[in-house]
Amino acid sequence: MSMFKVFDIAGSAMSAQSVRLNTTASNLANAESVGNSEATAYKARHPVFAAMLNAMHGGTDGVGVRVLGVVESQEPAQQRYAPENPMANAEGYVFQPNVNPVDEMVNMISASRSYQNNVEVMNTSKQMLLATLRLGQ
Amino acid sequence: MPLSIDSALGPLPDALVLRGRRSELIASNLANADTPNFKARDVDFHAVMDQAQGGQLAMQTTSAKHIAFTEDNGFGGMPLQYRVPNQPSLDGNTVDGQVEQAAFAENSVNYQATLTFLSGRIRGLMTAIKGE
Repeated sequence: MSMFKVFDIAGSAMSAQSVRLNTTASNLANAESVGNSEATAYKARHPVFAAMLNAMHGGTDGVGVRVLGVVESQEPAQQRYAPENPMANAEGYVFQPNVNPVDEMVNMISASRSYQNNVEVMNTSKQMLLATLRLGQ
Repeated sequence: MPLSIDSALGPLPDALVLRGRRSELIASNLANADTPNFKARDVDFHAVMDQAQGGQLAMQTTSAKHIAFTEDNGFGGMPLQYRVPNQPSLDGNTVDGQVEQAAFAENSVNYQATLTFLSGRIRGLMTAIKGE
């Protein structure tokens, strides 16, 4: 019965989107975590999505999503002059994370919308399957 | 009414299976709405239905070394088609959430309709069998 695959597909998308929500939460939470050098400052993280290999689902129809990995943003960290901060370097600068709050909010809304979409797909498929089970009664 | 139960049900079982497969396809489009370079796919339901009804003769292979004319992809060998996007996206993804949602809704309503017709046929058969 192929309809059961819908649950795998929508489930894979839901877990991928929740990874994306997790990274967004982590980025926003660490938006003010300063470091004392370019290397130690927090870097914004973003997941990379890819379609699952067809072979895993058998045949050419219906592919799920998987998270290939989480990459760190390569944008330079911003310097801020804060000599009173214990994290400041010899010149009195701290390095702020390269988190862009606007980007993160957009990511958050997009991820939650996609998540809801997949929940809807799952609910509808569940109703279709239950109706099929009642066939002929 | 024909004696064979299969023919009494007509094209409805085929339609139900194809609707189920198509819902899987659209679910995978929706699941990959944020995957870079993913291309949304769909099938021409009427063409696949014709094929399932034996509308087109399939090519036969007589040796294991022959390349099959059509591979069995769950849609009777009909090729999956790529959706033409309404607007291009930077990451090469062609999934339009609204289009896919609409297609999914249409497909599931049709699935339920097919189920209803099938229930009716089965009820008719039951009445005939019981002879009440």
